[in-house]
Amino acid sequence: MSLLLEVSGLDCRYGLLQAVRGVSLEVAGGETVALIGANGAGKTTLLRAVAGAHRPHAGRVIFDRSDITRMPAHERVARGIALVPEGRRLFPSLTVEENLRVAAAGRRGRWNVRTVLEVFPLLQARRHMPAATLSGGEQQAVAIGRALMSNPRLLLLDEVSLGLAPVVVDAVYRSLADVIGEGATVVLVEQDLTRALKVAGRVICMLEGRVVLEGEAASLDRDHVVSAYFGLRRPA
Amino acid sequence: MTIVNAVLQGIFLGAFYAVLACGLSIMFGVMRIINLAHGDLAVLGAYATFVIVEQTGASALIAFVVSLPLMIVLGYVLQLTVLERSLKAGILTPLLATFGLSIVVQNLLQLAFSPDVRSLGGSAGTITTASWQVTSGLSVSALGLLVLLVAVLLFGGLQLFLSRTRVGWMMRATAEDADAAELVGIDSRAVYARATALAVATAALGGLFLGIRSVFDPVSGPTQLIFAFEAVVIGGMGSLRGTLLGGIALGVAQTVGAQIHPQFAVMAGHLLFLAVLIVRFGGARLRLRPV
Repeated sequence: MSLLLEVSGLDCRYGLLQAVRGVSLEVAGGETVALIGANGAGKTTLLRAVAGAHRPHAGRVIFDRSDITRMPAHERVARGIALVPEGRRLFPSLTVEENLRVAAAGRRGRWNVRTVLEVFPLLQARRHMPAATLSGGEQQAVAIGRALMSNPRLLLLDEVSLGLAPVVVDAVYRSLADVIGEGATVVLVEQDLTRALKVAGRVICMLEGRVVLEGEAASLDRDHVVSAYFGLRRPA
Repeated sequence: MTIVNAVLQGIFLGAFYAVLACGLSIMFGVMRIINLAHGDLAVLGAYATFVIVEQTGASALIAFVVSLPLMIVLGYVLQLTVLERSLKAGILTPLLATFGLSIVVQNLLQLAFSPDVRSLGGSAGTITTASWQVTSGLSVSALGLLVLLVAVLLFGGLQLFLSRTRVGWMMRATAEDADAAELVGIDSRAVYARATALAVATAALGGLFLGIRSVFDPVSGPTQLIFAFEAVVIGGMGSLRGTLLGGIALGVAQTVGAQIHPQFAVMAGHLLFLAVLIVRFGGARLRLRPV
């Protein structure tokens, strides 16, 4: 598969705080990559920099062979990058359908209001209700559906399970499996290690802004991942 | 009967305030900018119409239609050059920027047109003076009715635009979460520029009505701003429907207040404004507390 996303030497700062330090990674088309790591490891900032919501201090973001480091977020959506942001960030006064339709950014493909509602049938009954009135799980479904509306080639998912009941997370991931099954390229941030290892083909672990471990999900030893996750130095 | 007439005239007056306040409400609702130059932009619009009337001898209403595209372009340019930069610098900077803009506009108008008082009343045709005497104490002026009709159409149209069209949804989405809007492919700069263009266009409409109803000079803006601001606050900041009702409430307060004493008219409006502020933000909630 050809290279879809290439991040090299990325530095991201919030004032004096350096959230991402010299991160380089590559994602091939069709891959599902899980980005794991403790709170504050820089996962969210990395995703936001790829999506264009955070301007990096240094480094480059290359998408489909063109340099998009300085491109505004809305233009990246048109190129085929969509981020499901942490905390869902729906437009509260817009209805479910309006939230979806406002995000139809002109790229053609299989996703439209009808196909999104097919994947998330729980939204069918909520279609004409303001997003603010939805439950957490329903809101997360809308947030994912909203990102799909732009028919992305690269879907970035930031903590889709945050604040949701386990049974709801299962439902969200079942729907995601459909999306991934379509051949989409996905980078997801997930706190739940077991879930991340199950859904992703490859795992990248971050610690204090750096990539500390990277490998095929199937080949990674769980203890090894855990120690990288917490930054423990294992006795040799 | 006089009180009924006062209320009716208040509704007409309030519709004018609502038109003036519309753009102020849009800019606050979409960008959280309190545009202190809004009144001056309305007066600038009145002058633009006035110049076209002077040059061509056309009716004020026709001249307004000609000046409207210019005002829309002005709104775009204003957003992309001044307001966009000031927005990046925090919430107080736009306030300062528009305050400065207000002074600049007033002084440019002084330079160009002298402090003389002008009016569009003479060039608006019979609409300025026509009225129907319903009963002895109750009269309906054609202008009042026109302004009310335009106000209802303007606010109704905007409501439909915001609730039914995709561009309207984009505006609401950007207003609610500009960062998230960018992430779903909405160009927030373009949305902001459109919002300001719309706001300046409605300010120009307010300026037209100001010029037809009465007179204006280069420093008329701040007075109009106060009435517009009161209408927005009375109706609830950020709510367009509220602004229409707030404008009408202000107008009615002023005309009913004038029944008590002619000099009490404007004060009655201010008192209503203060009462709304106290009721809405009063009591314990007025105390500052850490976020």
